[in-house]
Amino acid sequence: MVEFGGWDMPVEYTGIIDEHMTVRTAAGLFDVSHMGQIEIAGKHALEAVQHLTCNDASKLAIGQIQYSALTTPAGTFVDDILVYRIADDHFMLVVNAGNIVKDYEWIQNNTRQRGGDAVVVNSSSRYALIAIQGPEAEGILQTLTEIDLPAIKYYWFANGEVAGQRVMVSRTGYTGEDGFEVFVPPASAEKVWNALLAAGADKGLKPAGLGARDTLRLEASMRLCGSDMDENTTVMEAGLGWIVGWKKDAFLGSEIIKAQKAGSLDKKLVGFEMVDKAIARHGYPVVANGQQIGVVTSGTQTPFLKKSIGLAILPVAMTTVGTEFTIDVRGRQVTARVVPEPFYKRAKK
Amino acid sequence: MYPAELKYTNDHEWVRIDGAEASVGITDFAQKQLGDVVFVELPDVGRTLKQGESFGTIESVKAVSELFSPLSGEVVAVNSDLANHPDHVNSKPHDTWMIRIKVSNATETAALLDANAYEALTK
Repeated sequence: MVEFGGWDMPVEYTGIIDEHMTVRTAAGLFDVSHMGQIEIAGKHALEAVQHLTCNDASKLAIGQIQYSALTTPAGTFVDDILVYRIADDHFMLVVNAGNIVKDYEWIQNNTRQRGGDAVVVNSSSRYALIAIQGPEAEGILQTLTEIDLPAIKYYWFANGEVAGQRVMVSRTGYTGEDGFEVFVPPASAEKVWNALLAAGADKGLKPAGLGARDTLRLEASMRLCGSDMDENTTVMEAGLGWIVGWKKDAFLGSEIIKAQKAGSLDKKLVGFEMVDKAIARHGYPVVANGQQIGVVTSGTQTPFLKKSIGLAILPVAMTTVGTEFTIDVRGRQVTARVVPEPFYKRAKK
Repeated sequence: MYPAELKYTNDHEWVRIDGAEASVGITDFAQKQLGDVVFVELPDVGRTLKQGESFGTIESVKAVSELFSPLSGEVVAVNSDLANHPDHVNSKPHDTWMIRIKVSNATETAALLDANAYEALTK
């Protein structure tokens, strides 16, 4: 067990590699109740969300979800988030555990300043969150619910019951596999967890911990806020231009983000693969001619691809696929190469 | 659990003394703490090590740790199998040696732990 954002979290159950492979080939069950939920409701809820986040929330239908970010006036990250549209005038933001208080205060203060009818509630303690991820996830979850799971598209959600408990189920995850996240009242969480484990036993379902969650998300090129980007990284520098609503009205940081898209970007997060044998880990410097020119933000040996990969912030001139660069791995100069993202993409059904 | 014919260090290496030579690996406790091992970086043959000196690094999916020599001596062999099978450190830790050294000061063995003392350390 390890302390993570104030929670005692299991790093591994049967081993990171075993859990990682289980998610890629069968299914894994994750307790991700540490994730936070902040809700914004009221007549001006959409305006508030539009002002605070970089993606275009007006495009969301009720029941739909988008990946987005809470941005600072400098276009950098307060946090990366998922935005759920619960109703026309009611949104739920799923935020990182370590940022719940910071995000809540940020949203509350900015919403108050703007005025209007929008109430902000930190509802994190009302939800436990169980993720079931992997090719067998849908089949296993379907045995416990009347919700028509095949009808839930990627990044959509539905309400109903799982194992007799009231839940909200979204087709989302942080592993690069198909799967669901089940929002459940904390009092029902143990029941749902145990029911899923029992229902999935003959399909190879196993519990998976924080360690596999990190290797899985990195293999799928999903960013970890606080590690790959933070208040010093803009949305464009993080390589996340695809989560910017370019056509919407001004939002926090939009001027800087638009200027960077137009050409003023000087550093960018890219995926790399090691050429030499080594693992580059978070914080290792990227060097050239004895100078630090960048930094590794995530790195691991990936269990499924069996490669040493990572993400690094590099000068824009070096971010073309195929460019080789040098990482200082505990005093040793090793070579890495920029590769296309994502590292891993699951086969379409 | 811990083989009686091996000696141990506080840093979780084991050492098998065989006449004038000794082989060195890491303990079952150490491999469990590390989790899945993916790289073992070993020294060149011929390097002279002091007792307690770092002779390489071991890397698992989640962490990297240094390896410390239990005894002083010259490295006479390194286990090249580990390049292709680092997982052997996990599957059979006490049979997976990393380096073999020619012991230069046999009195240093007095500082090593026996199996019982080591097991007590891991509790």
